[in-house]
Amino acid sequence: MELLNNLALGFGVAFTLQNLLYAFFGCILGTLIGVLPGLGPVATIAMLLPSIYALDATPALIMLAGIYYGAQYGGSTTAILINVPGESSSVVTAIDGYQMARKGRAGAALAAAGLGSFFAGCVGTVIIAAFAPPLTELAFKFGPAEYFSLMVLGLIGAVVLASGSLVKAIAMILLGLLMGQINTDVISGVPRYSFDIPELTDGIGFVTIAMGIFGFGEIVSNLGRPAEHREVFTKSVTGLWPTKRDFMDAFPAVLRGTALGSILGVLPGGGALLASFAAYTLEKKTKARPDEVEFGKGNIRGVAGPEAANNAGAQTSFIPMLTLGIPPNAVMALMVGAMTIKGIQPGPQVMTSNPQLFWGLIASMWVGNAMLIILNLPLIGMWIKLLTVPYRFLFPAIVVFCGIGCYTLNNSSFDVYMTAAFTLVGYIFYKLGCEPAPLLLGFILGPMMEENLRRALLLSRGDWTTFGTRPLSAGLLVAAALMIVVVMLPSIKAKREEAFQEED
Amino acid sequence: MKIKSQRDFWSGLMFIAVGIGFAWGATNYSFGSSARPGPGYFPFGLGILQALLGAFLLFESLVVETEDGEPIGPWAFKPLFIIMFAVGLFGYILPKLGMALSLPILVVITSLAGDEFHWKDAIISVVVLTLGSWFIFIYGLKLVIPLWPSFLAG
Repeated sequence: MELLNNLALGFGVAFTLQNLLYAFFGCILGTLIGVLPGLGPVATIAMLLPSIYALDATPALIMLAGIYYGAQYGGSTTAILINVPGESSSVVTAIDGYQMARKGRAGAALAAAGLGSFFAGCVGTVIIAAFAPPLTELAFKFGPAEYFSLMVLGLIGAVVLASGSLVKAIAMILLGLLMGQINTDVISGVPRYSFDIPELTDGIGFVTIAMGIFGFGEIVSNLGRPAEHREVFTKSVTGLWPTKRDFMDAFPAVLRGTALGSILGVLPGGGALLASFAAYTLEKKTKARPDEVEFGKGNIRGVAGPEAANNAGAQTSFIPMLTLGIPPNAVMALMVGAMTIKGIQPGPQVMTSNPQLFWGLIASMWVGNAMLIILNLPLIGMWIKLLTVPYRFLFPAIVVFCGIGCYTLNNSSFDVYMTAAFTLVGYIFYKLGCEPAPLLLGFILGPMMEENLRRALLLSRGDWTTFGTRPLSAGLLVAAALMIVVVMLPSIKAKREEAFQEED
Repeated sequence: MKIKSQRDFWSGLMFIAVGIGFAWGATNYSFGSSARPGPGYFPFGLGILQALLGAFLLFESLVVETEDGEPIGPWAFKPLFIIMFAVGLFGYILPKLGMALSLPILVVITSLAGDEFHWKDAIISVVVLTLGSWFIFIYGLKLVIPLWPSFLAG
């Protein structure tokens, strides 16, 4: 059994003291930022990227991964207790979770969310381990034309499944791709769009973009809104263990959520957010028994399903990143950046060239999930206390960590100035209703896309039809076109808008 | 002609400007041919595509009705400029004054961006964040960040 051998190798790596510590640290940090509204995994991972210079690649990635799925656990706590989603993927958890808390059943809701997430996390890990190798095999058959088409599909998928205006999202991708053009051309060595500023010939650091837009830009928009009134149900968290009936209700929901989340996570643009929305819709459509609590009034399935789904989705969204080197969402884009910082070229060769990293990371996800369930259920009181920290203490701390992180990236003041400039850009995006996540994806994929496009054209002697005549490439492009067409269909368009309306 | 979506109107203009800017900039670089694409090939095409999408958004914002006109709303200039100023200043003074001085300056200016400012809170933040950053970044991660002003350290 090769799978077992691989997993054994992975667990061997994950269970070293150092890696356990970093996984633990990542999980704590992830829970922390998940619990705190207004600070997401994207900004946090961007903040931490500079510090991974001092680490080996494996513990660094283990820690960053822990932050991502830790945030899924933490986000649900906030959603249930104060009706404010700590993470965007917990938006739907708040609907029924908060109602349960109001009825004094916060404990059961938290347990359903935690246990559901844990179950989904374990399944997600196994799915990654099982599906990553065959996908990697397939990826080796890819030439530049296929890679280009795959990236087109990935980018289109990312916006089709995301919320908001489709045209704007595609425009944001293009903006990201264009910003990725500020660099030195790899093939001819000509510096482009650098305006004779030496720092720009290496390209804009994606950390400065991520921090400026997601970190600082978000702070400015939070401060621009009137302070929210929070009502925290801290005292009512008693009786953590759900009743037998709760178990009976929640378990099928967890199974459905896990299945749905695992599938949606792999899709480009998928991941935790989409998975939780879809799972909530599914649970609402399913009838368990006639006398159950209505949805929106504290139904435990409305917590268990989406929470399982968002965690499963968070796990399986690692698959395209690990096997193809193509990030399906903004967090994975940062993971790709982290690998590049550590000198690892993301792509199908990672599994063979860095098996320790690859399998260690996968095994660490299971370890991390086990840690998280302990961190989140028995220690829930500690996290609840955090919710009482006012934002006026929080945002200077975010600014400080971003500021230092940004400077230490290259020990250059220029990066810090760029981040300040991107604060303005991020705020403009926020005001104009342009979602910044597609921009980051485009920015990361831009140089790769250009290189593959130009190599494909070189190989075909300038014949653009090469993208349509090679079957794999054609298939990927057709899939991308289909996605756009389907979303543009009037009936689906209305449904899609309706689904994302609930988010606001 | 009435603008039916303020947000889309301005985003459209922004995308057109950026697209044309990049496409125009790309003319400075060798375009090459399809068989041997030069450094200007990809950005030129992207820039044009971007401008086209922008034009589409602009058109849509003038034609398609929306419920509330999708206003942009008031700008939070105060926090925006304070944060940008604080971060920019921090980038400038950190290598010169070191972390021990520039962090407190950053924290105090940043705190001014909030709705309410109390010196007591700001000082708590300064102490906690400066010590914490020293512990994490200099002591723990051993990153090369100057701690004291360069004129003191010699």
